[in-house]
Amino acid sequence: MRTPMPEDERVWGGRNPSYKNPDSRVWLERMAAKGWTVPQWPEQYGGAGLSEDEAAILQQEMSRLECRSPLASFGIWMLAPVLLKYGTEAQKQTHLPPIARGEIRWCQGYSEPGAGSDLAGLKTRADDNGDDFVINGQKVWTSYANYADWIFCLVRTDSSVKHGGISFVLFDMTSPGVETRPITLISGASVFCETFFTDVRVPKENLVGELNAGWTIAKELLQHERAMISQIGRTLGGTIPPLDILARSCLGGTDGRIGDPVLRDAVTRHMMNDHAFALTVKRAGEEQEAGMASGGASSMFKYYGTEQNKAKFELMLKCAGAEALGWGGDEFSAGQLDLCRSWLRSKGNSIEGGTSEVQLNVIAKRVLGLPD
Amino acid sequence: MGFVLTEEQQILRSSAGEYFNDRLPVSALRQLRDTNSERGYDTATWAEMADMGWAGILVPEDHGGVAFGYRGLGEVLEAGGRTLAASPLISTALTAAPLIAALGSESQQASLLQPIAAGETIVALALDEGAKHAPDSISTTAVQKDGAYVINGDKRFIVDGHVADVLIVATRVSDGRAALFLIERARAGVTIRRRSMVDARNCADIGFRDVRVSSADMLGEPGAVQAELERVLDGARAGVAAEMLGAGLEAFERTVAYLKVREQFDVPIGSFQALKHRAALMFCELELTKSAVAAALNALDNNSEDRAALVSLAKAKAGDMLELVTNEAVQLHGGIGMTDEAEIGLFLKRARVQQQLFGDSGFHRARYAGLMGF
Repeated sequence: MRTPMPEDERVWGGRNPSYKNPDSRVWLERMAAKGWTVPQWPEQYGGAGLSEDEAAILQQEMSRLECRSPLASFGIWMLAPVLLKYGTEAQKQTHLPPIARGEIRWCQGYSEPGAGSDLAGLKTRADDNGDDFVINGQKVWTSYANYADWIFCLVRTDSSVKHGGISFVLFDMTSPGVETRPITLISGASVFCETFFTDVRVPKENLVGELNAGWTIAKELLQHERAMISQIGRTLGGTIPPLDILARSCLGGTDGRIGDPVLRDAVTRHMMNDHAFALTVKRAGEEQEAGMASGGASSMFKYYGTEQNKAKFELMLKCAGAEALGWGGDEFSAGQLDLCRSWLRSKGNSIEGGTSEVQLNVIAKRVLGLPD
Repeated sequence: MGFVLTEEQQILRSSAGEYFNDRLPVSALRQLRDTNSERGYDTATWAEMADMGWAGILVPEDHGGVAFGYRGLGEVLEAGGRTLAASPLISTALTAAPLIAALGSESQQASLLQPIAAGETIVALALDEGAKHAPDSISTTAVQKDGAYVINGDKRFIVDGHVADVLIVATRVSDGRAALFLIERARAGVTIRRRSMVDARNCADIGFRDVRVSSADMLGEPGAVQAELERVLDGARAGVAAEMLGAGLEAFERTVAYLKVREQFDVPIGSFQALKHRAALMFCELELTKSAVAAALNALDNNSEDRAALVSLAKAKAGDMLELVTNEAVQLHGGIGMTDEAEIGLFLKRARVQQQLFGDSGFHRARYAGLMGF
């Protein structure tokens, strides 16, 4: 549990958990028993009740000892913060402890085929049926929906008002009428699903917050999602070397430098931008710690980081030539195949979690104050 | 030393901003240009800057300086960059002073540093000999003859070359090693021809014909100046990058302000998404440049191992950013941006000169690549 964690050993928990590495189950159980999967939560909800400083110390120790995170969880990262803020006591008692123990696995019902960037245009309906809502509609890009036990879902409870007709509900994915279908991407198999709802009954007690007041909750949750995305990117390593090392090895020059001057310049430009970006992330962190008002630098992180990532893979393709264009088989190494798939998958980085175009709009509006 | 300024640095930043707005706004540069100012900068404001300690920011305290460091001088330069302020800060405070402090003999330091800090003496480094910065391509020679040195060569595009009281001249001695000499402007054989530059700032070519100097005029020892000269050049690069950051921020802010007030088709043009995106892209480049410049200045003050790479990163980023921002600034100001009456064109002009000082983006990308083994 103190070695780097390969992607297939990540622990998601749930009613039907799988543990590729049996030690992971023990690690989760012990950490959960101490409330350390969610150290800052109140103890009554499964946490350890630590203060921010104490939690920071715990995190430091875990980093120092190179401990794996015991549990990956959309419940922890995205749902819990809004449940703690907007949920009823009953909802918190019901849902938070299983989240903390990794016993219930969640997915996020947000985007629809007709509601991506314009999420508020969602159409999945929740009709009032006395004690229940009856839900009909379709979600798309639902990560791990085929493995999830429960879903937090945005539904339309008033068709006459766009943003003001949205509600935030929770329900069991084993409810009759729920169907999931995995989506294959241009890069191959993915965790994304289409999720279909046909007359799904959801008890009204599963409504979080007020009826038709779900948009506020939805937006707040998106902030937690953005923070999650920026964290998750850092833990993935794998079979692909850094750009400059790959370039040198593919284009080896006689002096140990990148042999192609055009690509050397392109790689240099990219690495320099990476360097400046890393310094900017550090600067924003220090400024935040010093209590300085955000100058807006963090608004550019998603945009810049994802565009850099895409550009990196394009450069890698140029360096590696046809060896980076394999789809499968023994003629290509695992690293080469991984590179091709990663290049394809990276195209989605500038689309998911708020497209690059939307990110630029946000910078223009919120940071620069340009008019609508 | 981190990204967040100390309280003292923050005070310097604020007061520099106020000073340049009050005493050297963009209109001051326009006036120097339109009156064909002989000195190319205003001596009264230079004296004020010296009084505030700015001429001596990199001069040790025991020679009359304030020793406030590169990050501090960077704040002053950034503020001056915003108003395109003309002064000998780059030639004298940023470049010459630390070079003399590092390599000068006791008597050279004593005779030059205090007058520099007091704003009384202007000193310019005469290094480059062509249109592009090339510190390794020095052809100016210093040949030993009868116990003295005779200097022959031509220096080009020397900042403040025609107002410098003393020049620091980069030469090669007979065995090819680099040597620096302190030569006052009036020495026999020195000819100075001022150049009229697009940014209306000081620049001159300086010819040396059989200029006799003694070993007492030598700054440091032949072959032993390289490391210090490189460090001082890095300081100059980072300082110019700071000035470029100020210019870029100002040009950008003026452009965003214009987008909000200029109306066409009954709406502010800033409401057009294409223009919003271009503004947001410039914002990203400015944020990256801010970080790189701060890191470079800190690395100079800390004498960090990665100083050279950080400086080249800062100068290259500043150059790329400023080329983008100044081009966009003129374009987004429409027809007005093309008039001499508007100030935005002055930023474009100054930007390209700043780009060429101490190595442009291409120079620094190549240097960064070399340092990183790419």
